[in-house]
Amino acid sequence: MSLFWCLYRAPRWRGDSRETSDVSHLIKAAATAILWGVWAVSAFHAPMAQAIDPIELEDPALQQRYRDLSHELRCMQCQNQSIADSPVGLAGDLRREVRELLLRGLSDDQVRDHLRARYGDFILFRPDFNARTAWLWLAPLALLLLGLGVAWRVLRQRGAMVSKDDSIIEESRR
Amino acid sequence: MNRFLLPAGLFGLLVVLLFVGIQRSSQKGIIPSALLGKPGPEFRLPSLDGSADFESASMRGRWHLLNVWGTWCPQCRVEHDMLLEIARSGEIAIIGLNWKDEDVLAQRWLAELGDPYDAVPVDRDGQVAVEWGVYGAPETFLIDDQGIVRHRHVGAMTPEVWAREFLSRMPTRQGAPDEPVLVPVPGAAVEG
Repeated sequence: MSLFWCLYRAPRWRGDSRETSDVSHLIKAAATAILWGVWAVSAFHAPMAQAIDPIELEDPALQQRYRDLSHELRCMQCQNQSIADSPVGLAGDLRREVRELLLRGLSDDQVRDHLRARYGDFILFRPDFNARTAWLWLAPLALLLLGLGVAWRVLRQRGAMVSKDDSIIEESRR
Repeated sequence: MNRFLLPAGLFGLLVVLLFVGIQRSSQKGIIPSALLGKPGPEFRLPSLDGSADFESASMRGRWHLLNVWGTWCPQCRVEHDMLLEIARSGEIAIIGLNWKDEDVLAQRWLAELGDPYDAVPVDRDGQVAVEWGVYGAPETFLIDDQGIVRHRHVGAMTPEVWAREFLSRMPTRQGAPDEPVLVPVPGAAVEG
């Protein structure tokens, strides 16, 4: 997606509107068409993902909980899909397990714990915060702080350089 | 000089991180069993040969391998000869959990290729496999005489895996189930 935005914005960055106006219109149109295409395909994909799992629970509230849960449990075979999105046999077994546990009256947390006891933290797309998963939760924050620190330093240095340059220009004008 | 110190340090850190990642890439996607050090879930399933149901409790008192397999699984074919060899060595009993398979195909497989298993419980709908946290065949669990899961290997059993991951965790000599345990109990003599 970011690539499309680069194409979209590139002519404006160059700043000369006279030469590039035709080309930029063309690129703009192409990029828009691609973006719409991507959106359309992904929109049509969503109902297909639902069709993997045709079984519905009678109680709509239970069905909603079942759907939410199955979206936050990892299919261990494919690993980057939830059990709701995967057509693999094991995902089907896990969906059946979740359904049966819900029908037995277990809470959402109890279902999560039940599966985590068998498959480990890895089955949860949103693992609990504990000693083993702490780095997973804290690393993005640490990286963000690091990035802000670097950015602050760079900007400060650049600011100092610019003000120096200005003084040189001022002097040369005199 | 000083202004290069931080970027160079960060670069060094990145190199170490990527190197560790590459070193460990052979284990990519292999997830340690959540059952390690815990008792294996109990189950009772029909046997492939039509004999009495297999009960997991019957594994107590002796170390066992629980091998999850199916005729649909190519890596199971790869490891089959190694399983036969382990069975022949008599070092450990092997239970073959037949996972989401068809009885006829499984029976033919064992008749044609040889049967390394002491028992073959049939998990047709995969319910027991979910209890054991199985996510791909073949998987092999090492279970001690108390029914505790000591190790799990995902993927084909090879001579290297057998020596490195299994033999190293097993007691040096396997006692028969009825062998008397000769451990002196402190205070047993004064009891009366």
